[in-house]
Amino acid sequence: MSNLVYLVPLFPLIGFLINGLARNSLSKGMTSVIGSGVILASFVVSILLFLQVKEGNAVTVTLFDFINTGKLSIPFSFQVDQLSSIFLLVITGVGFLIHLYSTAYMHEESNAHFARYFAYLNLFVFSMLLLVMGGNYLIMFIGWEGVGLCSYLLIGYWFKNNDYSNAAKKAFIMNRIGDFGFLLALFWMIQHFGSLTFGEVFARADGMNMNDTVLVGITLLLFLGATGKSAQIPLYTWLPDAMAGPTPVSALIHAATMVTAGIYMIARSNILYTLAPVTQGVVAVIGLATAILAATIALKQNDIKKVLAYSTVSQLGYMFLGLGVGAYTGAVFHVMTHAFFKALLFLGAGSVIHAMHHEQDIRNMGGLKKHLPVTHWTFLIGCIAIAGIPPLSGFFSKDEILAAAFSANVVYWVIGVLGAVMTAFYMFRLYATTFLGKFRGTHEQEHHLHESPAAMTWPLIILAVLSVVAGFVGIPAVLGGSHELQQFLAPVFAGSVKLQEAHHLDHATEYILMGASVGAAALAILYAVSRFSKKPDLEEASGFGKLLQNKWYVDELYDAVIVKPLRGMSAFLNNVVEKLGIDGAVNGVGKLVHYGARQLRLLQSGQVGIYLLMMVIAAFVLFIIQLFVK
Amino acid sequence: MTIQHYIFLAVALFSIGVIGVLTRRNIIIIFMCIELMLNAVNLLLVAFSKMHSLAATAADAASKAGTEGQIFVFFIMVVAAAEVSVGLAIIVMMYRNTHSVDVNFLNRLKH
Repeated sequence: MSNLVYLVPLFPLIGFLINGLARNSLSKGMTSVIGSGVILASFVVSILLFLQVKEGNAVTVTLFDFINTGKLSIPFSFQVDQLSSIFLLVITGVGFLIHLYSTAYMHEESNAHFARYFAYLNLFVFSMLLLVMGGNYLIMFIGWEGVGLCSYLLIGYWFKNNDYSNAAKKAFIMNRIGDFGFLLALFWMIQHFGSLTFGEVFARADGMNMNDTVLVGITLLLFLGATGKSAQIPLYTWLPDAMAGPTPVSALIHAATMVTAGIYMIARSNILYTLAPVTQGVVAVIGLATAILAATIALKQNDIKKVLAYSTVSQLGYMFLGLGVGAYTGAVFHVMTHAFFKALLFLGAGSVIHAMHHEQDIRNMGGLKKHLPVTHWTFLIGCIAIAGIPPLSGFFSKDEILAAAFSANVVYWVIGVLGAVMTAFYMFRLYATTFLGKFRGTHEQEHHLHESPAAMTWPLIILAVLSVVAGFVGIPAVLGGSHELQQFLAPVFAGSVKLQEAHHLDHATEYILMGASVGAAALAILYAVSRFSKKPDLEEASGFGKLLQNKWYVDELYDAVIVKPLRGMSAFLNNVVEKLGIDGAVNGVGKLVHYGARQLRLLQSGQVGIYLLMMVIAAFVLFIIQLFVK
Repeated sequence: MTIQHYIFLAVALFSIGVIGVLTRRNIIIIFMCIELMLNAVNLLLVAFSKMHSLAATAADAASKAGTEGQIFVFFIMVVAAAEVSVGLAIIVMMYRNTHSVDVNFLNRLKH
């Protein structure tokens, strides 16, 4: 099977090349078939690989020597083990559904732009596959950069709109800050471990002391990379702006796959993090803070995609909380379930936006339940799943993270549940305002309301089914399951589990924890539905709500603290240092030479006698000097 | 004759050359004075070489030391002859252009 591994990223690459190079001559039908077909092909190969891995055949395939210099050898290798095979399935599976959905959603674009869209999307899948399949940190980094580029290209897909281009640039630059940390971590690893290959790095780290400075430094730098890519404090502000891209892009890149790259990276490096509890603490606190901050912001957003974007940031925060408290399986589990229900919600939002002719403000919606039945039901399933109501998938994964958080620190759990309650509240505020009540849009919009075509509803239905059943792979022992996902992933996290002190909650405690979080979430749902289905808040927010609506003014804060001083410094460097200092020095040298030449020119009288006299005097002076200077 | 005699003669010739170069305006005289300086140095070279040779043969009859300087002088004379021909050519051209051999007329080169 190892000879199949390279096929997984190869298919999307071929799709990218065909769609990208022949974009002016391909019809939309051809583009759709090629663009979606290659992902489907990757998905099929991924299933084959998954089945092999399930039998215990994790492989590392080296394609060729990538960098080989001195003692450092970095092969171009792919590693397909339990962790990456799960990600492969999610990426290619959800990716294929979203490609399929896009064929209908993007139908209004011209042929060339349609093909350009699919080329970018294929390139994204290719990069994402490199990221999760790479057998060492460098291949991962190549994919890491590739997905950042594709994210930039797709956020700025409608590049004629200046705001969208700016959002793309913002995403790219904030990602660069994180990438900088990642890159430094790579250099540090080369310097300290002499290798970037996962197996070698982990083997060499295994014998080190807990909280070794090097490990803490490397893990913190890697985490900085993760905060950029996975939109955590302080680098999270790009993700809500990234909603400028087409909605399927938001679903694929900014919800299901790319933003989980940071979680994948930390889960992959779990040994390093387990050996650096200091970093783990930072990860947990940052994750929790992001989860709660983003949840509060989402409470007051009125753009359907913005709510989902902040919800994504918040859910990513939960995943980091899970990583921080050592619940690596829980984090990966949540990545998987989140990929399903958040992709579902985004695609549902896309379906709504499609039906509403690019209206995104939920205050102008309402009562869409009867016009968009499929979208409505699937969206409702997505909302219940993310709110953590059993037996939908979100409950199991979120509960696992919260239980681990409770074992680590009760405060984590309390704040986590608070965030979960807010999640339930804002999701059902969104649901009720959009689908319940009366229609508040224009007559023309109401006239054109229609359910989306089959290419859009089928992905919704499939994702809805997955959102319901995905949790069953990880039923914890307390509920009579055997947590198959944990058993499946056990080889990847074995090293960390060995180091962690085992703490088992007794079943009574676990029941109480589950009951508390589910009960609180259910109350929040009931309150939100009853409040917003009849009387949605259409007024502009005031007081504290205004603060939330304006996202805690974090963008303004960054603008004042970082952007403005940077601009000021640039202006200073330009006007003073550059124009006065450097230009002055350069022009000054020129002027000095000019002035000196004008003065020295007077010596050139043209009188041969004077020249000769000078020559004799000079010779005499040299003669005298050489008498004294030995 | 001791070496001092030669040195005095050479210094006298050189000084005459220098003063001639500095004080005269006729380019031919200046040229001759330059040759005078050159030959003063040549004379010194031959003199030192001869003294060196005498001292060496007194110690060892077979020694060839001190002959190089005298051979060297021949080279200088050949090169000087070539240089003189160039200098004279310049003077001829100068005369054709200015109808004078006075160096002060050459100051127009500056523009």
